[in-house]
Amino acid sequence: MLLLLLGIIILHIAALVLLFVSTIVSAWAYDGNTSSDLWSNCTTTNGGSHCDQAFTGEWIQAVQALMILSIIFSVLSLFLFFCQLFTLQKGGRFFLTGIFQILASLFVMSGAIIYTVKSTEWLSQAATYGFAYILAWVAFPLALISGLIYVILRKRE
Amino acid sequence: MSSVSSPVSLVLLPPAPQSEAIVIYTGWDRHALVGSEVRLYCSFFSWRWTSEDVTFSWSYRPDGSRDSISIFHYTGGMPYVDNKGPFRDRLEFIGNPRRRDGSILIRNLDYSDNGTFTCDAKNPPDIVGRPSNVRLLVYDKVPVRAGVITGAIIGSVLGLLILVVAIYYLMRFLVARRVFNLSVSKLEKGKKGKGKEGSQQRQGPVLYATLDQSSKLLKGVGSEKKKSGDSRKDKK
Repeated sequence: MLLLLLGIIILHIAALVLLFVSTIVSAWAYDGNTSSDLWSNCTTTNGGSHCDQAFTGEWIQAVQALMILSIIFSVLSLFLFFCQLFTLQKGGRFFLTGIFQILASLFVMSGAIIYTVKSTEWLSQAATYGFAYILAWVAFPLALISGLIYVILRKRE
Repeated sequence: MSSVSSPVSLVLLPPAPQSEAIVIYTGWDRHALVGSEVRLYCSFFSWRWTSEDVTFSWSYRPDGSRDSISIFHYTGGMPYVDNKGPFRDRLEFIGNPRRRDGSILIRNLDYSDNGTFTCDAKNPPDIVGRPSNVRLLVYDKVPVRAGVITGAIIGSVLGLLILVVAIYYLMRFLVARRVFNLSVSKLEKGKKGKGKEGSQQRQGPVLYATLDQSSKLLKGVGSEKKKSGDSRKDKK
């Protein structure tokens, strides 16, 4: 039981870290020596790096919002998990925790989908997706799985 | 009001009144859509009452041009609007000079209206002041400022979350109160029942005791029964 709890906490924190990294790191897309993320476009020229504000479209703002919401919900879910761990009755399920984590996964999924579909509007054709984008997509199944485990998990002890 | 105030000021002030600084305000930069109308706000602050001689004048300098042209002038209680220049038939005075408001309205905006509008106001004898500028930007689509939609989405979702939690707790509170009422009424009923049972239980031994002692105290039974009946009435 303890091992299972430890495992699910690690899974949750891994998903959270992935969400944080993918939201913050400026590597959603690469185009030559320009890397762009949700917040800024950075150009590296002759060893120097210059960043300016990202394209302020509606859709990229939606992606920003969804990523932040997903982080918020994931953090809330972790918090609720610890709360429920001590308050839940024996045999109860971590429904609330699971719902929050699943919502977080749905948010990151929507954000990644929007970025995939709409990035053609603000990226050139030659641009390729960066690792932060991939991390966002990896965070989605991790969060979903941990959320489902929370829902299935029954409290023992 | 100003007709009253100006003689007063004449009386109070020396014949050659000192002029004090006047501060002129215009709003922030204005963003507007093509074909829409925009209201350019201008006001001033001076230490005197607004006199009859208050003047407002607006001038316009297109982007990329050095010279500005005058497009509006208000003096002697009469507005004079542009009747030859770029804002012909599109300019309207919507201000109220008595309330220090010299706003103008420009209709049917075009891209060529991008530029700087300068408002100057004089409230004699206060004439020393720096004209104030407002920049007009005409768009075909109002650009979204960074963070507005992000904030809106996050705010609405979190607001929804808080609303759901609040409703949940409210419902729980209401249900809890109803259950409490029910349980209280049940408890009361239960107490009554228990009380009856208790009295009956109490009656039993008494009866037995009376029965056992029937040979000795037949009168006592009657008195006991009466007493128990009285106690029942009392409890009810």
